[in-house]
Amino acid sequence: MKENQFRKDFPIFAETGVTYLDSAATSQRPQVVIDAEREFNEKMNANPLRGLYGISIEATDAYENARETVKEFIGADSAREIIFTRNASESLNLVAYSYACSVLKPGDTVLTTIMEHHSNILPWRMAAERTGARVEYLEPEHDGTFTDAELQKKIVKGVKIVAVGHVSNVLGCINPVKKISDMAHAVGAVTVVDAAQSAPHMKVDVKELGADFLVFSGHKLMAPFGIGVLYGRRELLEEMPPFLRGGEMIEYVTHDTEKWAELPHKFEAGTVNATGAYGLDRAIKYLKNVGFDFIRETEDRLTSIIFEEAATLPYFHILGSDDPKNHNGIVSFTIDGVHPHDISSILDGDKICIRAGHHCAQPLLEYLGESSTARASLYLYNTEEDVRFFMDKVKNIRGIMGYGN
Amino acid sequence: MAINNLYNNTILNEHNLRPSHKGKLDNPTMILEGVNPTCGDDIFLELQIEDGVITDASFSGSGCAISQASTDMMLDLIIGEDKETALDFADKFMRMIRGEASEEDIDDLDEAGILRDISHMPARVKCAVLGWRTLREMMEKDTTEGYAHEDHDECAAGR
Repeated sequence: MKENQFRKDFPIFAETGVTYLDSAATSQRPQVVIDAEREFNEKMNANPLRGLYGISIEATDAYENARETVKEFIGADSAREIIFTRNASESLNLVAYSYACSVLKPGDTVLTTIMEHHSNILPWRMAAERTGARVEYLEPEHDGTFTDAELQKKIVKGVKIVAVGHVSNVLGCINPVKKISDMAHAVGAVTVVDAAQSAPHMKVDVKELGADFLVFSGHKLMAPFGIGVLYGRRELLEEMPPFLRGGEMIEYVTHDTEKWAELPHKFEAGTVNATGAYGLDRAIKYLKNVGFDFIRETEDRLTSIIFEEAATLPYFHILGSDDPKNHNGIVSFTIDGVHPHDISSILDGDKICIRAGHHCAQPLLEYLGESSTARASLYLYNTEEDVRFFMDKVKNIRGIMGYGN
Repeated sequence: MAINNLYNNTILNEHNLRPSHKGKLDNPTMILEGVNPTCGDDIFLELQIEDGVITDASFSGSGCAISQASTDMMLDLIIGEDKETALDFADKFMRMIRGEASEEDIDDLDEAGILRDISHMPARVKCAVLGWRTLREMMEKDTTEGYAHEDHDECAAGR
């Protein structure tokens, strides 16, 4: 079996002995990220952007350097286009409240897809309700692909926002974001790309994707919880009203007037999560050191093993593409006669961590005719041993549930 | 008891694979839908009530082994009983799940007592109580139709 040289960087495996197959929910953190938070707290903890003394200036530098790192990571023009949030959900809400609620008019359309996470559906419904616009959905084929006819039918004049996930958190497929962006721009719409499931696994470049807005969460790419990113094209961000109002997002406030701070601080009211941003900075640097080629090779190889083993089990069904290379390390599955929650609980008996439920993507599951599924998802620290152990234990589940072989 | 032992339990598996009360009644007096949004569990409980006595009952819908078996065992207990007795069973069951029931209470619950260790598995409590919660809501509100819904949003926690 092939050794994974990076696994030892993640202390949780030696500490707990878990077989962790739930990285699409949240990733594990390497020692460098764990150390970064500690270092921040021990050496530079002060309120960033405010204090006029040494450690506050260091905290500010750490925070702003993280913004620079994110800018480089996603190919933005300027660090001013990078807004720190709590997570991808908050980033999408920011765009919905600030941008969508300002520009949408009655009769306009927000187009999203039926395979989105709830976070990329519910904010648009809110904006539509408030403005008299409507939300429509692109519907994929069963393998997750969109036909040209479907795209041409729905990306039409009157669509003002197209919100699309880069990689589905259920099917694992990559959506044709560039193609959708080009079509959206041709009808005068802006694009919002949910990169929560892609940014940890592949090169994400806002220019190459044609993204006007792009969001992701830090915690899925090895950063701490509570730090997320919104990228927005500068011209758009400049025109948008603030999302939250409060401290450090104004130039000045008088009795009854105020002038908003410059980008990006206009959108970062209140004391920011500088510790988290510092951790994100380290996580991105760690990720770059590992390299997307290694991640891709590891995930494809391990997904192929799951597919090969699954092919011998007539009761084991994988959702989405038949080609493991189209899954980006995400394998949603069902076992005949066994509810996904029972699958997950039984595997937990062997310290195997998978997700079960609707994955916050109920419209997709309804569309596919499933009420819930189990999901195993991989990341750079997983090994062949992990997936072989998982599939060995999967073979016992129906027996445990009282079915004969 | 570890969760694996629970799953290896013959009683649980029998009630899940071969439930006695799964299906629909011809003329139910009451129907209530119970939902666990987290799991996608969804059951319809149907009761036939004559002169205050539950003369027949059934359930339909989909769910995990624990919610299905728990509901089936519940119906074993309450068919033939009056509403007060049914509610009393529900109270005992809820106490057991909270880890507050006496040994006597658990004995009264008969086969349903195998779920006592669910009190140590917080993520599965909702599954075990789905049928019971729906029953209690029906009895207490005297609802003849509707929806027993638990507010819970797993999406706040992640994807």
